[in-house]
Amino acid sequence: MFPARADLARLAPEIVLTIFGILAMMLAPFADAPRKDGRRAGGWVVGISVFGAGLAILSTLYPARDPGDAFSGLLRVDDFSLYVHWIVLGVALLVLLGSANYLSREDLPPGEFCALVLFAAVGMCVMASAEELVTVFIGLEISSISSYILVGYRRDSPLADEAAMKYFLLGSFATAFFLYGVALVYGATGTTHLDLISSDAVNAASRFLPIGLGLILVGLAFKVAAAPFQIWAPDVYQGAPTPVTAFLSTGPKAATFAVLLRIVGTIEPASGVWVWALWGMAVLSMFGGNLAALVQVNVKRMLAYSSIAHAGYILVAVAAAAAAATRESAMDCIAAAIFYLTAYALMKLGAFLMIAQLSGPGERRQDLDDFAGLGSRQPIAAAGLSVFLLSLLGLPLTAGFLAKFYVFRVGLSSGLFWLVVLLAINSVIAAYYYLRIIVVMYMREPKQEWPLVRISAAASFALLVAAAGTVYLGLFPGRVLDFAMRAAASLR
Amino acid sequence: MEQPLLLTVLTFLPLAGVLALLVLSPEDHEWIRRLALVTAIAEFLFSLVPVILFRANIAGYQFQEFHQWIASPRINYHLGLDGISLFLVVLTTFLTPLSILASWGSITKHVKGFFIALLVLETGIIGVFVSLDLFLFFVFWEVMLIPMYLLIGIWGHERRIYAAMKFILYTMFGSILMLVAIVWLYELTGSFDLPQIESVLVHGQIALSGRTEMLLFGAFFLAFAIKVPLFPLHTWLPDAHTEAPTAGSVMLAGVLLKLGTYGMLRFCLPLFPAASHRFAPEIAVLAIIGIIYGALVAMVQTDLKRLVAYSSVSHLGFVVLGIFSFQATAMNGAVYQMLNHGVSTGALFLVVGMLYDRRHTFLIREFGGLATPMPVLAALYLFVCLSSAGLPMLNGFVGEFLILSGTFVSHAAWAIWAAVGIVFSAVYLLWSYQRVFFGEVTQERNRTLPDASLRERSILFVMAAVILWMGIGSVAFTRRIETSTANVLQLMERPAYDSSAQPRPLPAAPAAIPSAQTDANRTRRAGD
Repeated sequence: MFPARADLARLAPEIVLTIFGILAMMLAPFADAPRKDGRRAGGWVVGISVFGAGLAILSTLYPARDPGDAFSGLLRVDDFSLYVHWIVLGVALLVLLGSANYLSREDLPPGEFCALVLFAAVGMCVMASAEELVTVFIGLEISSISSYILVGYRRDSPLADEAAMKYFLLGSFATAFFLYGVALVYGATGTTHLDLISSDAVNAASRFLPIGLGLILVGLAFKVAAAPFQIWAPDVYQGAPTPVTAFLSTGPKAATFAVLLRIVGTIEPASGVWVWALWGMAVLSMFGGNLAALVQVNVKRMLAYSSIAHAGYILVAVAAAAAAATRESAMDCIAAAIFYLTAYALMKLGAFLMIAQLSGPGERRQDLDDFAGLGSRQPIAAAGLSVFLLSLLGLPLTAGFLAKFYVFRVGLSSGLFWLVVLLAINSVIAAYYYLRIIVVMYMREPKQEWPLVRISAAASFALLVAAAGTVYLGLFPGRVLDFAMRAAASLR
Repeated sequence: MEQPLLLTVLTFLPLAGVLALLVLSPEDHEWIRRLALVTAIAEFLFSLVPVILFRANIAGYQFQEFHQWIASPRINYHLGLDGISLFLVVLTTFLTPLSILASWGSITKHVKGFFIALLVLETGIIGVFVSLDLFLFFVFWEVMLIPMYLLIGIWGHERRIYAAMKFILYTMFGSILMLVAIVWLYELTGSFDLPQIESVLVHGQIALSGRTEMLLFGAFFLAFAIKVPLFPLHTWLPDAHTEAPTAGSVMLAGVLLKLGTYGMLRFCLPLFPAASHRFAPEIAVLAIIGIIYGALVAMVQTDLKRLVAYSSVSHLGFVVLGIFSFQATAMNGAVYQMLNHGVSTGALFLVVGMLYDRRHTFLIREFGGLATPMPVLAALYLFVCLSSAGLPMLNGFVGEFLILSGTFVSHAAWAIWAAVGIVFSAVYLLWSYQRVFFGEVTQERNRTLPDASLRERSILFVMAAVILWMGIGSVAFTRRIETSTANVLQLMERPAYDSSAQPRPLPAAPAAIPSAQTDANRTRRAGD
């Protein structure tokens, strides 16, 4: 039986991504073959994949015109799923743009890289619109398995091997949790459709439902690197090729939080079961991430810990959604969370991509001291990195500030006063390590003279988009915020 | 009186200079300095426009500008000036060109960045003073930190990085809790607009519960107290002031510290009067401790710049004391003393910076008998010292006198304790002056030090003229200030607060019933 046209239209971005992913794989033998001078010249495959990602963004206009359920309720295209699609696809596009010269610098085959990034994006897109738990699982697996390979893409680096192994083992463990949770929820309610789970109040009273939902939460918490399920994150983020780190720390996070928010927004009982767990995870993630980041000397690892802290900040908004008194205020919380995800994607992506460019061949220059004197040697790159860092810190006029501000707001309106105070204290702790990078860049003299790094046009463009977006959202959040509100309201 | 765009231009004029600076080549030091100076002077002259147009008899905000910035939550671009902020803005624009002149020869590294940071700082500070929207206020408040942080961290002295970090972390800790309070206040009142919140609270449409008000007050007050800095939160100050370059110290001591006291006057008192009254004794005690402790620690400093830094702790204690005496005279004095301290301490840092330019040290023992090689600088330094010590006829006297006499009316003991600080301030200033300038020249190399150059003389003569003028013609200032301070006091009176005084009749009423019964019994008994 061939699926109906409406169903296919609602799956358009995923289909476009898959086609281009397969295309990139088929072209890989041509692209990955070394030239006569021994280097690979597969930049054109990256170009094709960038085109594919761009086309996928355009193709979201199809489902946007005609939202609704697809494949008998397995998927649901609404403003919420579109919003998350745009984050995920934008991230994929910028990562591909930013990794073209990285791949040739590190002499890595570009064909498979592009294919895997596109496939991972497919998985995340499926997660964004999944309305049914098994579909969520499929999306999760598509994105996870692609990510496992991407993490170990620098095969000659022992750090990357360790990272891939760790990520694979722990990741499989977490998806098993998730799957077991899905099974229990099915056992309790007889369905895996999110909207049916909530509507069936009788079955919802079963005591297996809370256990199932708890296990689902564990699986998802692992994916967003929220404490206490974050142990893998620093090693994996540090070992992975830096553009992949940029991708991993933003894309899957957005998609997984989307699932989390959809469950909180749809399944009534989930809020009650989760709210204190979310509260605790938020606190642990914020303190765990920030305190550990304080003592890091490797900038990439420092930012990995900062990702954990940011997961904690977003969890504050999710907890606020779960604790919200009315449906309207819950929607506000969800809007704040996805607005945060947008801001976070821009600034974290920018920071990691900048480090990918600056760290030089073999990613050898990632220690704090290696950034000494960057402010005078490469003023534009240093200024760009500063914008991202100040936004991560939460300084006004940047996206990070407004995002944090909205989280403060929804946290207080849901009555999570102490959680908000802890969040505030954490942002000061975090200020120390972000500022430390700026100190080193502008206030220390370099110990060693490094050759200047030339950032390619494509990567510059990606960085410029991220920086401009960070500042734009900090100055004029109105339109994006409106869209986030509509997205949150479209959850049922 | 409509003056569209007046305050916007005033706030962002320095940024126009920054844009022009960005065009210049980083090697072209001479033109960078000139352009920065021209911008700062133009900004100063422009800041006199609101002073001329200002109407002293209007209590509310003048030259208001109002535009919507973000729709949800409603955040506005709302600017306005009143008598409290008017002269603080002028103080800022007055000190900026002087600090540019003071850095003329002493800044040789990243010259362009230095002047850009200075001008951005100016915009940020003016923005804080003119914002009437809490969110906008916070934005300027935080953004201003970065140029100051860079000024200390890049162009400062040996321990600059430590000092810069300490400065920014202290301030951020306070301000982030203030942000929580701002958001909370929004949740309660539905607005970020200061006049609107004030009117809602004053008319009793929304009454804050006692605990809420105390927490909100605490969050705001902590942010401001760190900035002032109030004892025991002052420990960032000596480091930041000492390590900053001269221009940084002048701006830091001259204006940034006033942001704290300004914030107390603008936000803590009018928004949270009950909590202000509740905590006033504790705050006054801390202020008095600061006055005396700062003076005593200043006395034993061996480093001239640290001495001036600690003197700020002492002087700002007076300002806080004046504010929390809730007495019109003392509050006028507090605002006036903010200006005086900006001028006097700014001048002190400028002179100390001039000595540093000659000898590259701040240590008092490295100097001695300097009056012989440099009589002009010595004379001007003495003048500035006397102003800081509060000599009658000079500016410091007026402010301190108003504060002390006002405080004496409401709390005599506070005034008596604080007056001790004035004696101490004369001791540490004059004693250090004596060690640096009087006696024999102790070190041979000091004998040949050049006297004040034309540039330095013009800076200090301007300062001395202002000091004298503010000492004699203080009415020109206080006339414009007093309507606004009276307005602050009036805003503090609110139905909710008055009703806390009223409950007395309420418990009295039930008490009247038994007494009426006994009366009835009595009459019955009498009837028997």
